Amino acid sequence: MNLPFKVNGNESTAKGCVDQPVLRERGQREVFCGLTGIVWLHRKIQNAFFLVVGSRTCAHLIQSAAGVMIFAEPRFATAIIDERDLAGLADIDDELDRVVNRLLERRPDIEMLFLVGSCPSEVIKLDLKRAAQRLSKIHLPRVRVLNYSGSGIETTFTQGEDACLAALVADALPETKPASLVVVGAISDVVEDQFNRIFAAMGLENVGFLPARNAHSMPAIGPETHYILAQPFLNDTARALDERGAKHIPAPFPLGANGTTAWLKAAADVFNIPADRFAAATDAGHKRAEKALIAHREALAGKSVFFFPDSQLELPLARFLHEELGMALVEVGTPYLHRQHLRQELERLPAGTVLSEGQDVDRQLDRCREAKPDLVVCGLGLANPLEAEGFSTKWSIELVFTPIQGYDQAGDLAGLFARPLNRQARLGGL
Amino acid sequence: MQLTLWTYEGPPHVGAMRIATAMKGLHYVLHAPQGDTYADLLFTMIERRNVRPPVTYTTFQARDLGGDTAELFKTACLDAYERFQPEAMIVGASCTAELIQDDPGGLAQALKLPIPVVPLELPSYQKKENWGASETFYRIVRSLCPANADASRRNPKSCNILGPTALGFRHRDDLSEIRRLLERLGITVNVVAPFDARPSDIAKLGDAAFNVILYPEIAENAGRWLEKNCGQPMTNVVPVGIGATRDFIAEVGRLAGIDTTEFLAQETSRLPWYSKSVDSTYLTGKRVFIFGDATHVLAAERMARTELGFEVVGIGTYSREYARQVREAAAKIGVEALITDDYLDVETRISELNPELILGTQMERHIAKRLGLPCAVISAPVHVQDFPARYSPQMGFEGANVIFDTWVHPLMMGLEEHLIHMFREDVEFHDGAAPSHLGHAAQKAQLPKSAIEPASETVPLAEAKPTPVAGEADWAPDAEKELKKIPFFVRGKAKRNTERYASEFGLTVISVETLYDAKAHYSR
Repeated sequence: MNLPFKVNGNESTAKGCVDQPVLRERGQREVFCGLTGIVWLHRKIQNAFFLVVGSRTCAHLIQSAAGVMIFAEPRFATAIIDERDLAGLADIDDELDRVVNRLLERRPDIEMLFLVGSCPSEVIKLDLKRAAQRLSKIHLPRVRVLNYSGSGIETTFTQGEDACLAALVADALPETKPASLVVVGAISDVVEDQFNRIFAAMGLENVGFLPARNAHSMPAIGPETHYILAQPFLNDTARALDERGAKHIPAPFPLGANGTTAWLKAAADVFNIPADRFAAATDAGHKRAEKALIAHREALAGKSVFFFPDSQLELPLARFLHEELGMALVEVGTPYLHRQHLRQELERLPAGTVLSEGQDVDRQLDRCREAKPDLVVCGLGLANPLEAEGFSTKWSIELVFTPIQGYDQAGDLAGLFARPLNRQARLGGL
Repeated sequence: MQLTLWTYEGPPHVGAMRIATAMKGLHYVLHAPQGDTYADLLFTMIERRNVRPPVTYTTFQARDLGGDTAELFKTACLDAYERFQPEAMIVGASCTAELIQDDPGGLAQALKLPIPVVPLELPSYQKKENWGASETFYRIVRSLCPANADASRRNPKSCNILGPTALGFRHRDDLSEIRRLLERLGITVNVVAPFDARPSDIAKLGDAAFNVILYPEIAENAGRWLEKNCGQPMTNVVPVGIGATRDFIAEVGRLAGIDTTEFLAQETSRLPWYSKSVDSTYLTGKRVFIFGDATHVLAAERMARTELGFEVVGIGTYSREYARQVREAAAKIGVEALITDDYLDVETRISELNPELILGTQMERHIAKRLGLPCAVISAPVHVQDFPARYSPQMGFEGANVIFDTWVHPLMMGLEEHLIHMFREDVEFHDGAAPSHLGHAAQKAQLPKSAIEPASETVPLAEAKPTPVAGEADWAPDAEKELKKIPFFVRGKAKRNTERYASEFGLTVISVETLYDAKAHYSR
């Protein structure tokens, strides 16, 4: 137990982009706020409900980001603050109690409720932590009430998931003694099942996933828990896990054949899985992934790609596109660069790659137009305007909503990048 | 604090964006936290616009709050002016920036930019999208159009068209349809605004003799200002439907001094004949519920009754600003208007009324799916499907054709409906079956709620089993079976009536005889 994972090669000389200077920009940021995470989290945790305490803007944002309209009734809603609340005419605790009661009456299936803070609730300093504790007292054992902030002034897009998971770790995960592995970060159910099978084949039994599919089956945490991040944006969650004594397993992220093998290997080494057993559990998957990438490599090798900052998945994706598909990286923008969690990704990026953190969207657009990349990865607000200027684009939000991790999704992930180019070729005559 | 699952309207600054994005040469600097830029995708994705909305957001973060958010706003304003060189600017705050009270209007004035800067005060915690659009348009008109009541050099046969915006429900095609109609009448269109108008065009609004107000929610305030300050009368009829289009033609004829009798005699719409043809007999008295913005609800109410021969069982709107007009229309047909922006209230009302067709928004489409009812969309909030590639106006004679098709399509065809009534136990032709031309997918949507939806207390009456209640008559098994043969959309009513009849006559058991006795009793 507890063997440190060895990074490849010599640590004394900086490799790849590890010591590369980063272009830091301040200006208009064309990004979602953390509330957007609700769009996938409410589907992942089947008996949880997300109640944003915010403004009409918050309600409109989630509604618009959620594929414009979802056809089943979603497990999220907004408690819209109005003038009476702001003027102090209404008691905000009473108002929140009333809203929560109405909601829980309507949805008797809900067993975990997140009160989600927003820009307005943060600015007026609404104490949602206290509110969650008070409401928990009223509604337990049926419903546990937690809180986190998805506000735009504090969180960018995927940081909402980070805040949500950090709240779970701090307040809602049971203690455990025996050694266990916990995979952290929302991944699709199919990927979770695949990883579970691979870990079982290695002989790892006590494996949990955070978040679990059900509020009741969240993994327990203890001093013998080792956790590995499946998503690169989980800063606060990692810190909360550290505080509970769990140990971080440094690894690259499980994107592509190499990424997935390196990620699995990092976990296997911590639990002293013998090399032959590891190979037996992963070789077939690795080969399948490599095979699935061949056709896409033909389409993508040598093509250039430009990343606008969005989900913090940009660095691992850039590594995958470069290392496994031979694409050239023009600029890799990310809203926030967490050097420690991304160290192994930075090592694998080619030296000299332009890395940017933060955003001034108009200037970044200027750079993009200047560089004329073959493919631009960007948010929904920019994609059509760039297409109209003749660029091929990949909406970055799809990379968050699609199963992309693991061996059997490597081909699909490459396909997401190949499709815009394929389409452009097909429609060349239009 | 209001529990909101879906919101019918965005915040007021999105209304302002709809004006800014519709116009050219205008730039909007919006004091807003990061995240509020989501609004760009409404325009680039839903409406498929090929350029970014002309909006600069300050995107402040928590670390900016204690210090220099005002400075951030000024820098954003200057940068936007430098980069985009607009003819005019509008400036304002979103909901969060409103709370930090930086006064974007004052800050922008202090920059002394060499262009007109229109400050917007849009109270986010009170008002909503349409109000924001209306206020913004009004402020722009007021600031950029000189007051001038001198009508002497105006062409009496000229007008402005006011109201169409970006992200409007069929605004693009309504505008084409009405512009063409006006031109065929011999009326010159001076300026269309805000759609494709430049600030310099706004300054020329006073050159027209009168204003055509297409969407009162957006343009009525500006129209009233122009009426008062430029002496321009404005239209009151919104030309949605055959009757309304005829009235509109007569109205603009009066305003322009044109005799429209001959023009009206040559009108070309298929709706009147399609609606009169025997194939449409089955539409007679179909019970419809109508909900949406006030303009489209009022128009749909008139069309539904007088042009398709439906029975309107309920109407409502989320446009509180037009509650009075909707209440009046409801009173005329003896129903109660539902004025709400609460989706849950609308769902409850629809469950109670159990209509045969819902004319609503994308939200009512959710409700309709849940309740297994047909639905056609008549109003914003918009969806990507509301920007079809084909020409698809709602206004004018072609608009009436489009509406006829849109409303009739979700319904059962006449003979199909009869066959279902006759052969109630046919496995494919049962109550739950969707119109056959809508295919299998539509049928799936009508599976029992439990299959789609974990929890729902709004089980439609049609599915409510007759359950004995203390002090009330019990349903005999054969009567219960007979009840199921009654078409589902009137079954709830039949059930209630029979139970009322049984209790009035002191019966303890409801038999098949009781069911038909009650039917005869209440059909007197």
